[in-house]
Amino acid sequence: MSGLSLSHEPVTGVPHGKLAMWIFLASEIMFFTGFFGAFIVLRNSNLELFSHSAGELSKGLALLNTFILIGSSLTMALSILNLEKGNTAKFRLFLGLTILCGFGFLIVKSIEYSTKFGHHIFPWTNVFFSFYFIMTGFHALHVIAGMIPMFFMFIKSFTKKGYNHPAKVETLGLYWHFVDLVWIFLFPVLYLIFPSH
Amino acid sequence: MQTAVANANDIHSHDTHHGADHAHHELSFIRKYIFSTDHKVIAKQFMVVSLFFLFVGGLFALMIRWQLAYPGSAIPLIGNILPTNWVSDGAVTANFYTQLLTLHGTVMIFYVIIPLAVGMFGNFCIPLMIGTDDMALPRLNMFSFWLVPPAGLILLSGFFYDSGTAAAGWTGYPPLGPTSGPGQTTWLVSLFMIGFSSIMGGTNYMATVLNKRAKGMQLFQMPLTVWGLFITAILIVLGTPVLAAAISMQLCDQYLHTGFFMPDNLLVTAPDNTYVTNAFIAQGNQLLEHKQLLGGGGQPILWQHLFWFYSHPAVYIMILPGMGIVSDVLSTFARKPLFGYKAMIFAIMAIAFLGFLVWGHHMFQSGMNPLLGTTFMLSTIVIAVPSAIKIFNWLGTIWKGNIRFTAANMNALAFIATFIIGGLSGVFMASAPVDIYIHDTYFIVAHIHYVLFGGALFAIFSGIYYWFPKMYGKMLSENLGRKHFYWSFIFFNLTFYPMHILGVGGHMRRIYNPYIYEFLQPLQPMNQFVTFAAIVLGFSQLILIVNIFWSLKYGKAAPRNPWQANTLEWSAPAHPGHGNFDTDIVVYRGPYEFSVPGRDSDFYPQTEPPSENEVPIHSGH
Repeated sequence: MSGLSLSHEPVTGVPHGKLAMWIFLASEIMFFTGFFGAFIVLRNSNLELFSHSAGELSKGLALLNTFILIGSSLTMALSILNLEKGNTAKFRLFLGLTILCGFGFLIVKSIEYSTKFGHHIFPWTNVFFSFYFIMTGFHALHVIAGMIPMFFMFIKSFTKKGYNHPAKVETLGLYWHFVDLVWIFLFPVLYLIFPSH
Repeated sequence: MQTAVANANDIHSHDTHHGADHAHHELSFIRKYIFSTDHKVIAKQFMVVSLFFLFVGGLFALMIRWQLAYPGSAIPLIGNILPTNWVSDGAVTANFYTQLLTLHGTVMIFYVIIPLAVGMFGNFCIPLMIGTDDMALPRLNMFSFWLVPPAGLILLSGFFYDSGTAAAGWTGYPPLGPTSGPGQTTWLVSLFMIGFSSIMGGTNYMATVLNKRAKGMQLFQMPLTVWGLFITAILIVLGTPVLAAAISMQLCDQYLHTGFFMPDNLLVTAPDNTYVTNAFIAQGNQLLEHKQLLGGGGQPILWQHLFWFYSHPAVYIMILPGMGIVSDVLSTFARKPLFGYKAMIFAIMAIAFLGFLVWGHHMFQSGMNPLLGTTFMLSTIVIAVPSAIKIFNWLGTIWKGNIRFTAANMNALAFIATFIIGGLSGVFMASAPVDIYIHDTYFIVAHIHYVLFGGALFAIFSGIYYWFPKMYGKMLSENLGRKHFYWSFIFFNLTFYPMHILGVGGHMRRIYNPYIYEFLQPLQPMNQFVTFAAIVLGFSQLILIVNIFWSLKYGKAAPRNPWQANTLEWSAPAHPGHGNFDTDIVVYRGPYEFSVPGRDSDFYPQTEPPSENEVPIHSGH
C-alpha cells in the first residue's frame, strides 16, 4: 500500500490541523454568541439592574488583563516566528512568556473574583453577575485549555529532540488569538458599555 | 508520520517474507477494534451503539403506547418485574411516564438518528466516496466516537435516582427543567458531551471534504451523500455550540442558582421541594418550609430561543444525510443519472440556510410577538420550495428508469413517500393560525415521526442495505431485507398515520391518561389500534438484526461493486482494510454517469479513464 499516493497534499493548501482549527473557531464563535445573545436579551429587560451592577466591576483590573492578553498574543506570534526560523532558544523564551501571561491573566481574574466574593457578590446575586461569572468563567477555561498544550510544547523543547512542529504551534496560536479576541469583546460588553456610578 | 510507520511495517514484513497485507494486521486487538482510528471501524462502532439505543428508545415508546391504550393496566411481560418506583401494579406511574417520553425523544434524536445518519454514514462514506485513505484527523475522530458511550451511560443512569431521570420533555423547558432534580443534570451533561462529540465530528468531516479529495475530484463531482453530509457538518459546527451554551446556563440555574431562565416571583411546589426565586422573598413573602432559593430576573422563553436555534437546524442534521443517501441509491437502482445534480446541491444549501431562520415556528404558542410569528411562518413555508425541488428531482430520476427493486431501493422509495406526507403536515404547522389549533397535540407527534422515522430512518435503512457489502464484505439477505421493509413500511403507516387524526381530535401530546377528558374517551380504540401497530413495528425491526447476524455468518461474499455503481467506494476492495484503496484514485467524471449512450455497460465508474476519442466530462464546468 505504500506505493499509493492517496494521502496527497491538502487540496486547499492549508494543513489539515489548521483548517480544522479555523472550522472549530467558527464553532467557538457560535458558542460565545449564545451567551452574548442571551446577554443582549436580558440586558434590555433589566437595563437599570445591569447598569447598576456593572458599576461594581473593576475596570482597572480588566484593563490590566486586556494588556496582558494582547501582550501574550504578541509573544505567541513571536514564538511561532522564531520556531519557523529554527531559533529554538527564542522560541522557548517567547512561549514561556506566553505561558506566564496566561498565568498572569488567571491570577488577576482570581483577584477579581475573590474581591467580588468578599463583597458578597456571587453568580446568584443577580442576573448581571450570572452573566459576568459564566462568560468570564468560560473564557478563563479557554485560557487554561490553551495553556495546557503550550506547557507540553515548552517542556518538550528542553528534551534532546527539542520541539519542532511549527505547524502545530501555529494552529495553537490561532486558538490563542481567538481567546484573546473573545476577551476584547467581553471587556467592553461587561465593563464599559454601562454608564459609570 | 503515519506513512513513515506504514513504510517501516512494509519493510519489516518484506524482510520476514510475509505478504504486504500482513503488515496491517500487526495492530493489537484493542487498537484495531476498540480504540481504532480507522474511519470504517469507527463507523461500525457508531452503528452498533446506535442500533442498541434504537431498541432502548423503541422499548420506551412501547411502554408509553401501552399506557395510552390501556391506562393503569399492567404492561405485559415486563410490567411486574420493573422496580416499584417506576411502576405501580405493573402499570407505569405518571412520573415514570414523563421520564419515558423525555428519554424516548432524547435517545431517538441524539443517540439513534444523529449518530446513525451523521456518525455512521459520515465516517464510512466520506473518505471512501472522495477517494482517500482516512479522515483528515483520525485521532480526533476516535475521540469523537468515544465520547458517545459514556454520554449514553450517563443519560441512562438518570433512571436510577430515586426521583427518576429527566422528565421535562426532550426540550427541557425551564422553569420545569432547572427545578427537577438530579435526573435533569444527567440529561444536560449527557447532551453537552454528545454535542461536543458532534462538533468534533463535524469539524473533521468539513476538513476532510475540503482537504482530502482524490486527484481530479472537483467539489461538484462529489456524490450527493457527501454533499448532504458536508452541509450537515456545517449545521452541526454552527448550531450545536449554541445548545452547549444554553445547556451550560441551565446547569448554572440548577446548581449555582443563577437566573438565566428563571423569572422573578416564581413559586414552584414540587412533591418533595418548593422552589422560589429570590425576588419572591425580597417582596416580603414568608419563607416556606423546605424552600429552595433560586435566582430570578431571567426569561424562560430565552431557553426556547436558544434551544430551537440549535434544534431546528438539528432536524436538517437528521434529514440531509438521508436525502443524500437516497439520491445515490435511487440513481444507482434506476440506472439513470441523478436528475438536476446541481439543483439538488443548491436545494440542500437553501434548506440548510433557511433552517437557521425558522426556529420561532416552534414557539407560536410561547408568547412571541405576533409580527415575529408572521416572519417565522413565511420563512418556514419558503423551505417547502427547495424541499419540493428535491422531491421532483427524485421523481425525475426514477422516471422511465430501469428500476431495480432491491431492499435499499425500496427503502429509498419509501423515504420519498413518507417524506412527502411529513413535509405536507409540516406546512400545516408552519402556518401560525393552524398551529395554534394543533399545537402540542398528536398531530405534531405524527409529523415528527413521519419525517424522522419515515424520512431519516428509512433513508438510514436504505444506506445500511446499500453499503453493508462494503462495510463487512458480505451481502445482506435480500429476502430478509424485503421482509423487513414490507413489515416496517406497512406498520409504520398504521402506527403513525392515525396520530394525525388523534391530534386533530384534540389528543394532547404528552398526556399521561387522556381518558380523564370525556371528549377524548372515544379515541381509545384508535389508540389501542396504534399501540398494536407500534408493537408489530417494533418487533419487525428484529428482522434487520437477524439479517445482519445471519448475513455476517452465512451471507454471500460481496463482490467489489455489487450494485454496478459509479462512485469511488466501489473501486475499493470488497472489504477494504486500513488505507481503503488498492489502486491510485483519479477522478474523471461526476458520480452519476449511468446508461451513457454508446457504452457497452450501463455504468461508468468515476475512476475509469475516458476512452481515446472521448472528451472528458467535468460536470463542474
